[in-house]
Amino acid sequence: MGVTQIRMKVNGVTESLDVEPWASLLDTLRERLGLTGTKKGCDQGACGACTVLADGVRINACLALAVQYDGSEITTVEGVDHPLQQAFVRHDGFQCGYCTPGQICSAIGMLAEHAAGMPSAVGASGLTEDEIRERMSGNLCRCGAYNGILDAIKEVL
Amino acid sequence: MRPFAYVRAADVDEAVRAVAGEPGAKFLGGGTNLVDLMREGIERPATVVDVTALPLAAVDDLPDGGLRIGALVRNSALAADPRVHARYPMVSQALLAGASPQLRNMATVGGNLLQRTRCPYFYDAAAACNKREPGAGCDALGGFTRGHAILGVSESCIAAHPSDLCVALAALDAVVEVRGVGGTRRIPMAEFHRLPGDTPHVETALAPDELVTAVELPAVPVAARSRYRKVRDRASYAFALVSVAAALEVRDGVVADVRLALGGVGAKPWRARAAEELLAGGPADEDAFARAAEAELEPATVRPGNAFKTRLARATIVATLRELSG
Repeated sequence: MGVTQIRMKVNGVTESLDVEPWASLLDTLRERLGLTGTKKGCDQGACGACTVLADGVRINACLALAVQYDGSEITTVEGVDHPLQQAFVRHDGFQCGYCTPGQICSAIGMLAEHAAGMPSAVGASGLTEDEIRERMSGNLCRCGAYNGILDAIKEVL
Repeated sequence: MRPFAYVRAADVDEAVRAVAGEPGAKFLGGGTNLVDLMREGIERPATVVDVTALPLAAVDDLPDGGLRIGALVRNSALAADPRVHARYPMVSQALLAGASPQLRNMATVGGNLLQRTRCPYFYDAAAACNKREPGAGCDALGGFTRGHAILGVSESCIAAHPSDLCVALAALDAVVEVRGVGGTRRIPMAEFHRLPGDTPHVETALAPDELVTAVELPAVPVAARSRYRKVRDRASYAFALVSVAAALEVRDGVVADVRLALGGVGAKPWRARAAEELLAGGPADEDAFARAAEAELEPATVRPGNAFKTRLARATIVATLRELSG
């Protein structure tokens, strides 16, 4: 049960890594590459704190095995330069901040999905507040900063 | 997570051979359920055969107007497919009602069919569970049963099947195409999942070496007018307490065609055939909907924690059919 060599472009930098097949993408980013911006909340796909973008698509890095993302382009919060970040500060889109990297990556993925025509269970024509709440429901905030998060996302629309 | 050997399969036959030759080997798709279960120590495969590189991610038209959905189509991609929207709205709605956007971007259709129950006693290695350890007993029976099934259950297991998509697939008579070392076969959705009986660890009709390669949706004209309605403890990102997949065509006040299936209440995705038979050819009114719902739920086995589901399921069936008949 050896290691597998993978290559990923992480925040624009090509990384060649020997990984154990049972290593999650989340642990690989945090422990091997030192990218601790991506947070481990539940480690079971229930909270969204580990959300990153894989080839532009938001995923939960805790349920992703790193070996499955060989050849992918990964963006973590460290690689994000987006008006959402300032908007989160302006609108108090956090209290403790632990969920924030996941919220930011998720919101970027959400905006891209909406622009590409991805439907949601709400089914409104534009990004209404109900739409944003539904489309961001995979990211929990136990401080309850949802209103600030909503305002921050609305500001960048 | 327990160490395992990792194989990335390049074609379907290689994947099937890799699993057939290794007792305890598992296919890995999007990982949203299997990786979680492996981390909890509930699933302990010695070998994991990654099938995500296989060419099974297309949605193709069938000559009869149906659709062939590759097993590796992601939930988000299927939900967004305009053909699914037009011909089978209940499928899109079921997918969009399930999990979170991140999980839908990872999860595959094949994996959805094979996801395991969310019974907390199954997930808790310290609890007794006949599904996890045959013969061990069932701590759910006298436990917290708010999420458990009331139809198709046994004294060995009352776990509910967790899928939303499978409820719609059951209503539509989908066919599951699988490939094993012995070749390809097609399994009707109604026969794909097994009731627990006294072998709750046997959950599907699949042999260990068989890989789900596609799901076929036959042409179901009535499904163009269909709905998936899900009732849960919060507005989004939660498993169903009760869900209803329904399609209805009413002509001159009479039910000309109907499909009905239930989620959250069944030990497997629950096709409501008793209700369908009562409805067909009869009046499309509230009383008929209620009688059909009651007939379907009559054999329910409830416990104090989930007795509310009978009434909730009845109300959800009636409300969904009423909406479709309007």
